[in-house]
Amino acid sequence: MNTTSYSQAPVQDRGGPAQPLLVVRNLKKYFAVRGQPLEKSKKFVHAVDGVSFSVPKGKTLGIVGESGCGKSTTARLIARLMAADSGNMVFDGEGVDEFGGIRLKEFRRSLQMVFQDSFASLNPRLTIAETIAYGPRVHGMPAAEAMRQAHALLARVGLEPAQFASRYPHELSGGQRQRVNIARALAFDPRLVILDEAVAALDKSVQAQVLNLLQELKAERQLTYLFISHDLHVVHYISDYVMVMYLGQVVETGPVERIYGQAAHPYTRALLSAVPSMDPDNRTQASPLAGDPPNPINPPSGCRFHDRCPHAHPVCAAKAPLLIGLPGEPAHQAACHLNDPTSGHPAALTEVQP
Amino acid sequence: MTTPLVSLQDLSVQFCGSRTASALNEVNIELGAGEVLGLLGESGSGKSVTLRTLLRLHPERTTKIQGKMLVDGQDVLALKGRALDLYRGGTVSMVFQEPGLAFDPVYTIGQQVTEAIRAHAAVDEQAARAQALQMLERVQIPQAKRRFDAYPHELSGGMRQRAMIALALACQPKLLLADEPTTALDATVQIQILLLLRQLQRETGMSVIFVTHDIAAAVEVADRIAVMYAGRIVEQGPVSQIVRAPRHPYTAGLLAATVGTENRGQPLLAVPGAPPNLAALPPGCSFAPRCVHASEQCRCEVPPLQSVGTQALACWHPLMPLAEAA
Ligand SMILES: Nc1ncnc2c1ncn2[C@@H]1O[C@H](COP(=O)(O)OP(=O)(O)OP(=O)(O)O)[C@@H](O)[C@H]1O
Ligand SMILES: Nc1ncnc2c1ncn2[C@@H]1O[C@H](COP(=O)(O)OP(=O)(O)OP(=O)(O)O)[C@@H](O)[C@H]1O
Ligand code: SF4
Ligand SMILES: [Mg+2]
Ligand SMILES: [Mg+2]
Repeated sequence: MNTTSYSQAPVQDRGGPAQPLLVVRNLKKYFAVRGQPLEKSKKFVHAVDGVSFSVPKGKTLGIVGESGCGKSTTARLIARLMAADSGNMVFDGEGVDEFGGIRLKEFRRSLQMVFQDSFASLNPRLTIAETIAYGPRVHGMPAAEAMRQAHALLARVGLEPAQFASRYPHELSGGQRQRVNIARALAFDPRLVILDEAVAALDKSVQAQVLNLLQELKAERQLTYLFISHDLHVVHYISDYVMVMYLGQVVETGPVERIYGQAAHPYTRALLSAVPSMDPDNRTQASPLAGDPPNPINPPSGCRFHDRCPHAHPVCAAKAPLLIGLPGEPAHQAACHLNDPTSGHPAALTEVQP
Repeated sequence: MTTPLVSLQDLSVQFCGSRTASALNEVNIELGAGEVLGLLGESGSGKSVTLRTLLRLHPERTTKIQGKMLVDGQDVLALKGRALDLYRGGTVSMVFQEPGLAFDPVYTIGQQVTEAIRAHAAVDEQAARAQALQMLERVQIPQAKRRFDAYPHELSGGMRQRAMIALALACQPKLLLADEPTTALDATVQIQILLLLRQLQRETGMSVIFVTHDIAAAVEVADRIAVMYAGRIVEQGPVSQIVRAPRHPYTAGLLAATVGTENRGQPLLAVPGAPPNLAALPPGCSFAPRCVHASEQCRCEVPPLQSVGTQALACWHPLMPLAEAA
């Protein structure tokens, strides 16, 4: 590859500010599981089962839901670390499936991931400056320039290059390693950064430093984040929009204040009230949900939440609710028969005339 | 307080390997009967080491323990043989973050709880089984009769955690050590387990040391909180005092850095820096390198832990002096 064909310039904005950076439609991924030897039919984990959403440019979409609900699988499908069974994606107005050759490479560069396990994702034999310079070099950046950029990025994420550039991963604390991972992602000048439990393993006193850094970088570089976390406080803090998943499906999505203030789905309400109170005189008295999430191999019929839902009615087991906009607030969508005047649920909202 | 159930006096633990790490440095903890202490601290601060030392789980060859540990009138460091076996599981038992550590994968849940009961009480198989089933019901395992014959891997995470609590409580210990029992669980399951622990504690009157890095979880279960930093207790007090009027700069920093609803749209007040390396602790206060109030004295002299009533503090420049106890 000659140097002129390589451009480290940020991937251009194409669709303009109104165009969502990422649109995901009907994404599906089933994993086959090994059954008992005598079982005839193969079983599948319905890990991601018809997920659709979009992320506006420069915004943060938080994804929450219980363990195993498909958050990480969704992220991996988007990053194309694994192939989806079906569904499609549009990145800044262009269909990702139509990408080929250089264009797919460009898409991969525009999208970077940061994971929870900061140790596993760093090569123990490279110094951290080499680690950060590695990706751009593979993409054709001259070595000296890649190194110069690595030093600048280290400084930007708060690791003094003179002190840190030649250290190895084991010589860093967890918070410092996570800064390296962020710097490495930034080395590609991405537009979308997927953060999968990126602050979960950090000590509480260090977590705040990394969250602040993420917020600064987002503003500075017009980044768009997909922020996956089980920490509902952190998601509230960092997100502009929130998507709630349950057993491989989106049950509610909308602007952060709507989700945290006027959640429309019973599962979202239960999830949000499971947060410990922090008030010693007003401790939690009853748990909002009984039992564990059901088995994703055999998801319940109809609404997948119906066997744990305090408002369940026979219609909930009979038919699956659609993810629809709430009256007067189309950006806030919920998949619950209570929010659909035509569902036949006796307690459903009645039609609100515009 | 009458004679406390647990009294740790100037307990220090060092691990002697290629480098000597001072995991605990003169830790003092007292716990009354029926009291729940939340032991709060970040990764590596010495919470698990404290619990494991209480159970004498560290290999003697590589571990240097100094100080005194009294539990239920027994000098724990002097226990040997059968007395040590009876102490472990009988007087004190432990639940772990990872239930895999407590269960043997080749026996059913019911068998293991039954065994635990028979190891500490002279009851026949029949009676022990009946008690074991009662324990599983008590920790609210749904369909306990059926789950009695289940293997550990056949249970969900939350149910395994309940079964482990049943195992730990099988012999009615006076002290339960809970090492982050809810950290690996979903928020919805975590709150169920916290409520269960609180309820069981009330019913049995046992004392509990609940280790966590999550201040909110400690608030849900504890009467008192002890804050650990780099192997030392830096502050101790009733839950409401710790949460509302922390005295130690580290406790205050931790609370301020905790993300809450009110922080939206503004930068968080992060504590700069990272916890120190235990093999090379700073000479003075271990928090001094990160502390905005640190003075020359802080950098040279370790602040002693001073206590007034139920409160204790180790800091040269507290946000509020200890004497001003409300
Ligand atoms: N490679 C795989 N093979 C088989 N099953 C898988 C695979 N990856 C994930 N799964 C299953 O798919 C479901 C969704 O998993 P996923 O990791 O996406 O959940 P998650 O929401 O990220 O959970 P967590 O909060 O625990 O990280 C789970 O039931 C999981 O066991
Ligand atoms: N057997 C051992 N040998 C050497 N060092 C040890 C040993 N066990 C623990 N340590 C060290 O002692 C320190 C305290 O560890 P401990 O496990 O008590 O931390 P913790 O507060 O429980 O943290 P976490 O929240 O990560 O569980 C750590 O630095 C750890 O590396
Ligand atoms: S002793 Fe000094 S350095 Fe340590 S916490 Fe108190 S003020 Fe800060
Ligand atoms: Mg995940
Ligand atoms: Mg621990």
